[in-house]
Amino acid sequence: MTEPHDPRGNLVRPYAVTRGRTEPIRDIPIEAVLVATPAAVQEARFAGHDKYRIAVLCEPKAQSLAELAALTRLPLGVARVLVADMVADSLLTLHSAAPRKGFTERMDLLGRVLSGLRKL
Amino acid sequence: MDYASSERAGAPPSEIISAKIVIAGGFGVGKTTMVGAVSEIEPLTTEAVMTSAGAGIDDASKVPEKGTTTVAMDFGRITMAEDLILYLFGTPGQTRFWFMWDELIRGAVGAAVLVDTRRLTDAFAPLDYFENRHLPYLVAVNCFDEAPRYEPEEVREALAIPARVPLIMCDARHRESVKAVLIGVVEHAMATLVAEHEQGVGVG
Ligand SMILES: Nc1nc2c(ncn2[C@@H]2O[C@H](COP(=O)(O)OP(=O)(O)OP(=O)(O)O)[C@@H](O)[C@H]2O)c(=O)[nH]1
Ligand SMILES: [Mg+2]
Repeated sequence: MTEPHDPRGNLVRPYAVTRGRTEPIRDIPIEAVLVATPAAVQEARFAGHDKYRIAVLCEPKAQSLAELAALTRLPLGVARVLVADMVADSLLTLHSAAPRKGFTERMDLLGRVLSGLRKL
Repeated sequence: MDYASSERAGAPPSEIISAKIVIAGGFGVGKTTMVGAVSEIEPLTTEAVMTSAGAGIDDASKVPEKGTTTVAMDFGRITMAEDLILYLFGTPGQTRFWFMWDELIRGAVGAAVLVDTRRLTDAFAPLDYFENRHLPYLVAVNCFDEAPRYEPEEVREALAIPARVPLIMCDARHRESVKAVLIGVVEHAMATLVAEHEQGVGVG
């Protein structure tokens, strides 16, 4: 049986995919990137359709939370919950957003971004 | 740019850092065009479901049926190295979605506020927003073909932009021009960080 089209669209999906839980395990920044762990795609087959799709997307290439939400067409908050779950289950590795503290760390990052832009 | 080959070969880098720059501005000023001019991917759109009161992003549980709205943000990506990715986020244009901006600017390197000289007054609200946030920003005047030509100083005066905020004229469609804007944002962020460091404030 195919699912009937729900006119409320995305608004009902948060319940369906996350079983009513809307609190993400971790507050993952939208630009933080995720990489699939070696067995992720295999294991995610049993973790549900959306988690499987996320694992497949993160397998060849690091993807930000924003990219995962956009490519799966899931609302950002839903993608964040699923991704946090997958990090907790060791399906994904969470990488860090830019440092927000420490003069040297921040200057180093800005310097790298600057030279990256100049090389574009 | 091709890092794809190194992605597969060998071990992935142990830590991939991602940074973001925010492209802000009112409705239709050219934010998506600017993101697309330098992004290695077609700009993507992500949607956030939120309550119309702005109480919580994606917190549909509190308002299951009414009062939720979907806000779209577009963004692009520049893979700078195997272990460094820059994302460019365009803000949602409509002013009623400004609470979304707070999530967008959190942790950002800096922002560019795009201004359309045909509708200068639309820029007041975005400029006010950044004047009241602790994030380095500059003003980028998008020179639309049919728009009246102003000198940079005329725009600065008309919009009461403080002298410490850099102002750049740009064309959001052109890669080199957008590069210059982004370089300006990062240079300004560095100068701001150095100044704060020397004053002993904002030291983390
Ligand atoms: N002539 C000219 N047209 C531009 C320029 N930048 C954007 N445009 C055009 O202006 C229109 C709006 O540009 P968008 O990039 O969609 O603007 P936006 O700020 O993303 O708009 P919203 O997301 O709806 O707020 C498009 O038709 C662009 O092609 C520019 O520098 N010069
Ligand atoms: Mg747009």
